[in-house]
This record gives sequence, structure tokens and C-alpha cells, in this order.
Amino acid sequence: MSQDHDHAHGHDAPLPEVVLRVKALEALLIEKGLVDPAALDAIVDTYETRIGPRNGARVVARAWTDPAYKARLLADGSKAIAELGYSGVQGEDMVVVENTPGVHNMVVCTLCSCYPWPTLGLPPVWYKSAPYRSRAVIDPRGVLKEFGVEVPADTEVRVWDSNAELRYFVLPERPPGSEGLDEEALMDLVTRDSMIGTGLPKAAGAQP
Amino acid sequence: MNGVHDMGGMQAFGPIDRDAEEPVFHADWEKRVFALFFGGFAGGFFNVDMFRAEIERMPGHEYLRSSYYEHWLHAIEALLIRGGAVTDVELQAKIAELRAAGRKAAH
Repeated sequence: MSQDHDHAHGHDAPLPEVVLRVKALEALLIEKGLVDPAALDAIVDTYETRIGPRNGARVVARAWTDPAYKARLLADGSKAIAELGYSGVQGEDMVVVENTPGVHNMVVCTLCSCYPWPTLGLPPVWYKSAPYRSRAVIDPRGVLKEFGVEVPADTEVRVWDSNAELRYFVLPERPPGSEGLDEEALMDLVTRDSMIGTGLPKAAGAQP
Repeated sequence: MNGVHDMGGMQAFGPIDRDAEEPVFHADWEKRVFALFFGGFAGGFFNVDMFRAEIERMPGHEYLRSSYYEHWLHAIEALLIRGGAVTDVELQAKIAELRAAGRKAAH
């Protein structure tokens, strides 16, 4: 790459080209009054600190404890998730798929990085990476094994390809032994990966 | 449009590289790119479909060798220039100005 030359100069190494491009673009837009830097800061803060998989964990824990909510969630994911206040960009149209003893669901976006932001936050790098995107649809059991998830041979694996119009969300199975737990305690068992389908919830009674 | 972005079913990309302690953003410039997407979108310079199409039109070798937020930056730059928010000349001049300022500050 051309900027590699620039990286070779010790103490006065100039900023990498990509950083310069971003700074230049933002500076120009601010000069022209086309963006408000405070608004940009607020967007970063929101996605860095306020929107994340805890939102999705509440959806799952609610579905585990409230059968009527679960029915609404499976019938109209977007609407039921919005009931809990989680709606907005990249979560407009949600479909919730339920794991059962005979079916394991997992989600990918083969074309890019479509992911339900309001419930899970921004996707991890592996979700956006070529190895996951390419292989999830051709070798899902192999991918699951890489994530440490062994799905019984007689369990059907369903892979859902999220896209710009529709985002999938996995409702994992409630772990055995969690019957006495309330919604808050159940939320701690729900991992991000369990809602993508590349993981399972933590076992009840496990140390956090 | 098909292309290298259409990765479903491809082989030979190797194992999935995961980081259990991954931050939301890996560098400050990624945060600014993310925010500028909203800026360009809110300013009416592009919509999400235009944004995706622009990334999918990247030459395959560039797409594969660059990171996720570099794809975003590529699309945002192209769409803001096409939408008339900035010109390529202005952008190159500002990059040169910042590069010169950086050199000066380092000495």
C-alpha cells in the first residue's frame, strides 16, 4: 500500500492515510455547516455505551418469563421488541426465530454486516469477516463447532441470512435449572452469541 | 450485483478470528466514520441502499484488502462527492493541509 512508506519514519511518522482522510472529511463538513460535531459525538456515545446486547437479553428474559409476550415476539418481532423500547436504525423489521429441542437457528449476513443494532448493538468483527460470512451457510455445524457449540446430529440447523430489509434474532432455549430465576437474573444468562445463534445461554448457577 | 462481497458459500477464507474482549470501535477514526455515516444520511446526501451499493461496487482486490470501516469511508467519500457536499479537490486539499500540519507539529 502507498501509505506504507509513510509509516517508516520514526518519531515524526505522519498520520496514517486513512486517519487523514477521515479528519479531512469531517473538518470540511463542519466548515460547511453540514454536520454538527456535538451530534456526531452523541452518536458515537450512544452506540459505544448505551446500545448493546443487554437490550436483547431483556427481550429474551421477558419471553422466557411471559408466555403472552413470547407469543407476540414470535408473531411480530419488530412490534414486540419496540414494546420494550428497542427500536430504530437497523432494527426496523425484525424476525425472531426460536430454538427448540429439535431446531437450532443461527444468523449471518453473507453480503455484509446486517445485524439488529437496537437489540444487540454493533456487530463484532468476526460477524463482518469473510470467514464467518462465507462459511456459515455452507458449513454451519463446522462453524458452530469453532464457537464451541455442539449441536446433536438429529437437531436441525437453520441458517438465516439477514439483509438490509430484515434482521433475524435468535430466541435461545431457556437453560434447565433456571426455573426459579426472575427476569434480571435470567438476563445474566443470555449472551450476545446466544442471540446470534453461535452460542448458547450460560448454565443456570454458573458463575458470571 | 454479484461480486466478491457476495461471500455466502465461498471457501478458503480460513478460521474465524474472534476476540472475546473486543471493543465496540478499534480506533478513534472508526468512531468518526461511523458518525459521519449518520451525518451524510441525515444531511440527505445518500440513503442506506446507495451506501451499500457503493461498497459493493468497490474493486474486489480493494474490498478484500481493506477493513470494514475503510469500506464505509470509501462509500461515504464517494457519495458525499457525488451528492455535492464536498468536491474531490477540496478533500485532497484538506488532506494535504492536515498532513503538512502534522509534519510541522512533529518537529
